[in-house]
Amino acid sequence: MTEVNLGEEIVFWISGGLAVLGALGMILSKKAVHSALWVALTMINLAILYIANSAPFLGMVQVIVYTGAVMMLFLFVLMVVGVDSSDSLIETLKGQRLVSIVLAIGLGILLIAGVGAGLTDVVPVGLEEANGIDGGNVEGIARLLFTDYLIAFEVTSVLLITAALGAMVLAHRERWLPRASQAELSRSRFLGAGHPGNLPSSGTYARHNAVDTPALLPDGSPSELSIPGPLVARGDVRPIDHHDVDQIESRGGGTK
Amino acid sequence: MTESQFGVFGIDPWWLVLLKVLAIFVMLVLLTLFTIWWERRVVSRMQNRIGPNRVGPFGLLQSLMDGFKLALKEEIIPKAAHLGVYWIAPVISATAAFLAFAVIPFGPTVSIFGVETPLQLTDFPVSVLYILAIASIGIYGIVLAGWSSGSTYPLLGGLRSSAQMISYEIAMGMSFVAVFLYAGSMATSEIVSAQEPIWFAVILLPSFLIYVTSMVGETNRAPFDLPEAEGELVGGFHTEYSSLKFAMFFLAEYINMVTVSALATTLFLGGWLAPWPLSLWESANTGWWPLLWWLAKVQIFIFIFIWLRATLPRLRYDQFMKFGWKVLIPASIIWIMIVAAARVLRNDIDFSNRELLIIGAVVIAVLLVGSWLAQVVIDRRDTARKLALEEIENRAYDPIAGGFPVPPVPGQQAVLTSRRTASPVVQQEAIDG
Repeated sequence: MTEVNLGEEIVFWISGGLAVLGALGMILSKKAVHSALWVALTMINLAILYIANSAPFLGMVQVIVYTGAVMMLFLFVLMVVGVDSSDSLIETLKGQRLVSIVLAIGLGILLIAGVGAGLTDVVPVGLEEANGIDGGNVEGIARLLFTDYLIAFEVTSVLLITAALGAMVLAHRERWLPRASQAELSRSRFLGAGHPGNLPSSGTYARHNAVDTPALLPDGSPSELSIPGPLVARGDVRPIDHHDVDQIESRGGGTK
Repeated sequence: MTESQFGVFGIDPWWLVLLKVLAIFVMLVLLTLFTIWWERRVVSRMQNRIGPNRVGPFGLLQSLMDGFKLALKEEIIPKAAHLGVYWIAPVISATAAFLAFAVIPFGPTVSIFGVETPLQLTDFPVSVLYILAIASIGIYGIVLAGWSSGSTYPLLGGLRSSAQMISYEIAMGMSFVAVFLYAGSMATSEIVSAQEPIWFAVILLPSFLIYVTSMVGETNRAPFDLPEAEGELVGGFHTEYSSLKFAMFFLAEYINMVTVSALATTLFLGGWLAPWPLSLWESANTGWWPLLWWLAKVQIFIFIFIWLRATLPRLRYDQFMKFGWKVLIPASIIWIMIVAAARVLRNDIDFSNRELLIIGAVVIAVLLVGSWLAQVVIDRRDTARKLALEEIENRAYDPIAGGFPVPPVPGQQAVLTSRRTASPVVQQEAIDG
């Protein structure tokens, strides 16, 4: 066994603890976004552990790729879809709870036994030797990736590119006509029928500014454009109080 | 990690580390205060105004006073906010902003209280990747602020920010690759010393331009400030933040500006190395002088940030995304290929400069001819397509062409059919006839 110094031990217990905390939080939180955040915490702490184990490149890539890109994409989707409600607790598969508990315990035993045996029985060859062959951790990874594991590396990238292309093909939609440019859109807006700009907002120059109060034109008549169509259809438009209009005019606010 | 694994780094006594941390913290806060004042003054001048000039000499203390006022303001927390996340978002933003500065080199080895030490908190073999990693954590602050505010506009700001981050980080990361290839290292101190004869901004100009563009996108500054576009999203991700929490976002934005400027200086402008006329002076690169060169270079970038903000209108969101994915990323990929090929030819196959130039000329000629050919093919295809389309448009609309119900193509008039009539064809005949 290689020696574990005090600093390494402190880092391990803090980061390891936080990573476990993140994992538990991920399972126990009810909101999907909270779960995603707990996973991010776990990932960052794993990265710290990698760095503490003299694998700085792996640690940084872990943060950049998993925390920065993958988890961010997850968050993006969660925020767009707006998964806020917790899932219903009615079980659709009978007895799945029991089975999953048994399986989880089994997996735990296997992992503990395997890792435990790995830590006690296997003699580590030494990090210094592994990192020293090519003059550093980064150089070592680069050499392995581009010599011994070149085929695996390239095949993985082919897989990823295929997946990306597949996603693009699935999302592709053929255009019948070329997309209208900004100039064309603007021309059609001003030359075509209809109101070219924003519609007047409700209640302008009127006594109230609620959506059901039409804006007043300079001559005191209501502007129909300022009221949403559904309100007009329901007959929910507030009538103009001509007393108010006269009052404003008598103060010199309008001309007739 | 064992100590002194990496040259002069990691062997400082504890009090010196503490001193450096404190110095960086104070410097960043002061630089933020200065940058806010500087920005307001410069933008004012560019708009024919004077800007803040009341508090302190030249109004220098204005941002300090504004900071006090901001911190003491009433805090309003929306009822719909998700409290835990709402609290932690500004903390993540500000902390990440400070953390990135741990690996920025300010100068060469100097003597502080009798200890020889580099003017840099720490360094390790992947420190530029560390800055990228910290930047991607910092963006969590913005995204979470948008989500946790429980309000529409902040959410849109947060979404935009995460999309922007993912897109521009790729271009940013790729602009580093050429630098890594030339420096042969990802450690900031080694990248600076690799630029001793000539800066990477000169020999790797495309990388430099790509980095400078994407760093503006990365810091959410105009003209790429879409996450907080005030014309569209009120204030974007920080709409619902007030008082000290808002101040932390503000602080983070300005520190991020300084950070990316410092990174640009380190990677492309020779870090603390003296610029040309000054480098003729022998002791320009020793002692404390380099700190001054470093600061001057960073200030040039910050001035460019301010200049951009005063000059350019904000991009439309789709244009911005298109620029990132269809211009910056392909351009960086092609540039990396060129750099890598040139280096392999120079170093391993032992080509001379002249042969390299000839090969380059041939490649460019092939590319030009190829692009011309491609354009001819595309034009021909487009014309054929246009003709086909016109033909379809001119053809009368047949609602059950080929025996299947089909919608009209643009330009064709849909025929209104009633369900009572026997078949659309009958009606079509009625119209034609």
